[in-house]
Amino acid sequence: MSTTSAAAGEVGRAAGGGDGDNGGKVPLSDRARSERRLGWYLAGPAFVVMLLVTAYPILQAFYESLFKYRLTDPDAREFTWLNNYLVVLTDGVWWRAVGVTVLITVITVAVEAVLGFALALVMHRALRTLRPVLRTAILVPYAIITVVSAFAWFYAFSIDSGFVNSWFAWVPGISENTNWFGEFGTSVFVIIASEIWKTTPFISLLLLAGLAQVPEDLQEAAKVDGATWWQRMYKVTIPNMKAAIMVALLFRTLDAFRIFDNVFIMTQGANNTEVVSFLAYRQTISRLEIGLGSAVSVLLFLCVVLISFLFIKLFKVDLASARGER
Amino acid sequence: MDENQLSRGTKAWWWVAGVVVIVYALFPVAWIVSLSFKTPSDLATLQFLPTNWVWDNYDNILRGDAQDLFLSALRNSVGISLIATFISVVLATFAAYAIARLDFPGKRLILTTALAVAIFPVISIVTPLFNLWRNIGLYDTWPGLIIPYLSLTLPISIWTLSAFFRQIPWELEQAAQVDGATTWQAFRKVIVPLATPGVFTTAIISFFIAWNDFVYGISLTSTEAARPVPAALAFFTGASQFEEPTGAIAAAAVVVTIPVVILVLLFQRRIVSGLTQGAVKG
Repeated sequence: MSTTSAAAGEVGRAAGGGDGDNGGKVPLSDRARSERRLGWYLAGPAFVVMLLVTAYPILQAFYESLFKYRLTDPDAREFTWLNNYLVVLTDGVWWRAVGVTVLITVITVAVEAVLGFALALVMHRALRTLRPVLRTAILVPYAIITVVSAFAWFYAFSIDSGFVNSWFAWVPGISENTNWFGEFGTSVFVIIASEIWKTTPFISLLLLAGLAQVPEDLQEAAKVDGATWWQRMYKVTIPNMKAAIMVALLFRTLDAFRIFDNVFIMTQGANNTEVVSFLAYRQTISRLEIGLGSAVSVLLFLCVVLISFLFIKLFKVDLASARGER
Repeated sequence: MDENQLSRGTKAWWWVAGVVVIVYALFPVAWIVSLSFKTPSDLATLQFLPTNWVWDNYDNILRGDAQDLFLSALRNSVGISLIATFISVVLATFAAYAIARLDFPGKRLILTTALAVAIFPVISIVTPLFNLWRNIGLYDTWPGLIIPYLSLTLPISIWTLSAFFRQIPWELEQAAQVDGATTWQAFRKVIVPLATPGVFTTAIISFFIAWNDFVYGISLTSTEAARPVPAALAFFTGASQFEEPTGAIAAAAVVVTIPVVILVLLFQRRIVSGLTQGAVKG
């Protein structure tokens, strides 16, 4: 961190990255004051824009969620307090969507943690000639459009055009006529597969960065002491990159919880595969039930806040170290 | 690790592992490419590769029936994503400069806000905007998408750029001034070349995110006036109502994946460092 233009006495504080409360007593020099002003002139617009595009809509959503309001019948708009929340929370549709979303999130993140770690290990230890090729290849799923990934996986498993049924016909339970999108379990399987393929690279790159931080001499020392590969993994590598792992998991969990694109393309919520984001979309955009849709949106927002809170409290994720990613 | 010390067997294993990773990453892409060269009747063979390769699907989306739908969507996607990226990178450059270089209260507030915005569920923003945009005439327009896209691109731009800017040795600027350069010269000759790679990388990552959007695209547009490619793909229809649009979708998917792959090929190293260095060196 650099503070070349800061007055000498302020260097230490600025280096701490704190809010700069100035100790509360010492009056600000003119220079410090003008620096503060310049800081907000420069950063202010970005800050205001961020608030305008998120804080404002969520407040608006909360306001609209208090009304019984359907766009097709605007005259019947009526203030009903928290009634929409009561309707949503007592409806099995909401709880089923939450259940499916949690199921997809848990499986996706669990598989990605293991797979992403394996990918990171391969990239970390790969031969020098192969390393740039691997990193380029792994960025392709990261950068590809989610909808494209959804279509690729959808068509691969599709009964009309997919190669999966003909390639894996020898697996018990799979035949030429297996309709993957005909029931819940198999539909969710393909949705999760697409989600994992597309987003594991992100996790693995973060873990790779974490791996690079594990001191090499610790590894060597453990090796000299006769630790096996697994022991070194559990006692040295993983504890030393815990922050990176937790940050990666937090971001992926929140991201997976918002899953929408894959479900939309593959099933449109058929066979009970409706997730929370899709429920909100269907209420608002398809059914034009602004009140109910807003209530679902606000509840989804609260879920995300709750997950972040749990991660930070339970796992003590240090968000300061999350700088610059997601 | 010294590679020369590795036994031939170990080396072979790392090659195998590497190839597995490459297959993992590229297999679905290879499949969608293969699909895009199939004729409708070829789809039913349920094979991975086409029996004969044809350009019909590309012809269809670029010159044929589907061109209105696809080309306008492509134009919308490119225009909207570039403008959103440009705006957020400009705003983020000022903000990140202030965060990395100046001392003012609220730095942490700005970074925390960026983080909170980044994890915000997109669909929660869509619901109120849908209604509002209809009332003020922004529904199904470019600005109607550019504004919400900022919620996707701005936070990541701020985080990535502040991580980049923190590593710039700002002392060099003063050193140049001591050597007789004017403030402007010092900035232009010393700081700009150091900062440009970070700004550029941030722009690429930000563009990927805007390019990927589906929720806004499908919710806040209704016609070709503003509908971006991911949303348009969901609206493709076959040549007749009995024909699935599989080939056209695959061809369109390949076309929109090409720019992404080119960017990745050219700037692989920078993108990786942009995505990770903040997490490591924060």
